[in-house]
Amino acid sequence: MNQPLLLTATQKAGPAVTATVGGLVLLVLLALPLLSLLPADSPFQVSAYTLTLTGKILCYAIVALALDLVWGYAGLLSLGHGLFFALGGYAMGMYLMRQASGDELPAFMTFLSWTELPWYWTGTEHFWWAMCLVVLAPGLLALVFGFFAFRSRIKGVYFSIMTQALTFAGMLLFFRNETGFGGNNGFTNFRSILGFGITEPGTRAALFFATVMLLVASLFLGWRLARSKFGRVLTALRDAENRLMFCGYDPRGFKLFVWVLSAVLCGLAGALYVPQVGIINPGEMSPTNSIEAAVWVALGGRGTLIGPLLGAGVVNGMKSWFTVAFPEYWLFFLGALFIVVTLYLPKGVIGLLKKRGEQ
Amino acid sequence: MRITATAEFMLEPAFDPNKDAGSSRDAIGLGQAAGTGLNTRHGTILTLEDISVSFDGFKALNNLNLYIGVGELRCIIGPNGAGKTTMMDVITGKTRPSEGQAWFGETLDLQQMSEVQIAQSGIGRKFQKPTVFEALSVFENLELAQKTDKSVWASLRARLTGEQRDRIAEVLETIRLSTSARRPAGLLSHGQKQFLEIGMLLVQDPQLLLLDEPVAGMTDAETEFTAELFKSLAGKHSLMVVEHDMGFVGSIADHVTVLHQGSVLAQGSLAQVQADERVIEVYLGR
Ligand SMILES: Nc1ncnc2c1ncn2[C@@H]1O[C@H](COP(=O)(O)OP(=O)(O)OP(=O)(O)O)[C@@H](O)[C@H]1O
Ligand SMILES: [Mg+2]
Repeated sequence: MNQPLLLTATQKAGPAVTATVGGLVLLVLLALPLLSLLPADSPFQVSAYTLTLTGKILCYAIVALALDLVWGYAGLLSLGHGLFFALGGYAMGMYLMRQASGDELPAFMTFLSWTELPWYWTGTEHFWWAMCLVVLAPGLLALVFGFFAFRSRIKGVYFSIMTQALTFAGMLLFFRNETGFGGNNGFTNFRSILGFGITEPGTRAALFFATVMLLVASLFLGWRLARSKFGRVLTALRDAENRLMFCGYDPRGFKLFVWVLSAVLCGLAGALYVPQVGIINPGEMSPTNSIEAAVWVALGGRGTLIGPLLGAGVVNGMKSWFTVAFPEYWLFFLGALFIVVTLYLPKGVIGLLKKRGEQ
Repeated sequence: MRITATAEFMLEPAFDPNKDAGSSRDAIGLGQAAGTGLNTRHGTILTLEDISVSFDGFKALNNLNLYIGVGELRCIIGPNGAGKTTMMDVITGKTRPSEGQAWFGETLDLQQMSEVQIAQSGIGRKFQKPTVFEALSVFENLELAQKTDKSVWASLRARLTGEQRDRIAEVLETIRLSTSARRPAGLLSHGQKQFLEIGMLLVQDPQLLLLDEPVAGMTDAETEFTAELFKSLAGKHSLMVVEHDMGFVGSIADHVTVLHQGSVLAQGSLAQVQADERVIEVYLGR
């Protein structure tokens, strides 16, 4: 008799707690860029290092959310989301390189003694076109890949392996100098964005603010999707695709939509990551990066929207501490973490918190 | 081109529209019982002709011929491995036959259609192993199955109308799951899942229902109730029921088809086929 009462009580308390905590976190995130603008001798001043690190983690959180949409809801485990992130980053990087080199060719091209820009660099001196590329490059790639993969009904492990192969192929391609994206050095030494110095406190604060806004927007979008009938169709697709087809739904369209949306979100996150971190290279496409993203989602709790954000925050927080304290053990720790989560926390940290709340 | 059904395969009431006019459920407006868009001029909703399916040389279906009349309730029986599930796979497009023809109504060639198109054109199916969307609530299961625009765009903006809610509530009442409407479907008992899947077919409102062992795992009372439900559906819908439970078959079907080694062994009333020498041999010789 007690059970239902208690259940409804926690169900009511759940959202209230989440809203309070979420609201506080948002307040802090909005305050950070303002505090970073304080004079250096102020006790409340937030250092450029902290701001950049937090901004970087927020970009990763957006990737985690995007991955959760396809993995947690639609059951498509992508091990190649780093590729979409990097493509968005490279698109933004092209613009930043053009800003830095002015009328000349970007430095790495002169170094290769190229005399003109490759055709695909056309228009990248315009911010608006770079922004279009940020969306189009990952979006179109995801569309084409998804179209063929879903049409051939590739799922499960095969799908994961294919996405992993895709990002690996991307990395090898971008490593080549001839590809025209700076080879293994990638892009760096940025100077300005939209005419503002890239290292100026004001620019940093604005970029950070934009990242927070993108995160909030993605979260809202994910929340709307998860609550819509579309979200329920995705869940159904994950659990019983055949049943869904015999109910008259074509799974391909649903998969493709959420897949492309997820890729575009990653691209946007990558585009905000690059000017804050100041570098983009093919390492971002390495398979381990994409696998790490899956760990964030698994640790936080897939199929929940807050979980992956939490996961990205916790893992990356630990990573920045680890890489200072014991750099050589980080990968072992990451592997151990993944095993522990898979064995003992199938629903992630969020699942654990929910259980606590119910007891 | 398609061969016209011959009397041998056709079952009387469905075959001759005027014979039992007004007296039996089979007489309910042949060709009108089917919804808009489906041409059932000759009173046949499903035509399978010379269907063969082989899995690595093993013939699961062997020159199968079967006709289902509009509004008919047909039972299919047969020993394990006779090909009953495979036949449903062929009808719903899950398995493609190596030979033969499959028509829905007079004009829809099932072999040219995808699984989704077949489902949308009005064929609903209940699987042998009950399959529901376990993570969704009972209500949401019915919401997804309900007959409506099922495109991506429509799903993004879908809102349930009052009418749709009423219909779902009505079906929940019918399948006796009203009190479990908010529970996740994964927590239901085996029998309740069977009912939920039947409910999902009801809200989908198909013209032809394929039910693979619908009463497996149900109590006697539930089986009896299901029999009543199916009888009330016949007429408005056409049903093809695969079942091993002879008591259940006897209580619902006028016409029974016996499948054996991928082809039709016998057809007729349950008493007729049970008296058939070959049928006895197949069932006893198992
Ligand atoms: N995908 C497949 N690959 C190989 N053989 C198959 C496949 N599907 C079915 N079969 C074989 O085809 C035959 C018919 O199977 P089917 O499932 O249609 O039988 P059934 O009449 O539904 O039996 P039951 O009463 O046990 O459900 C069986 O011998 C089975 O082993
Ligand atoms: Mg079977």
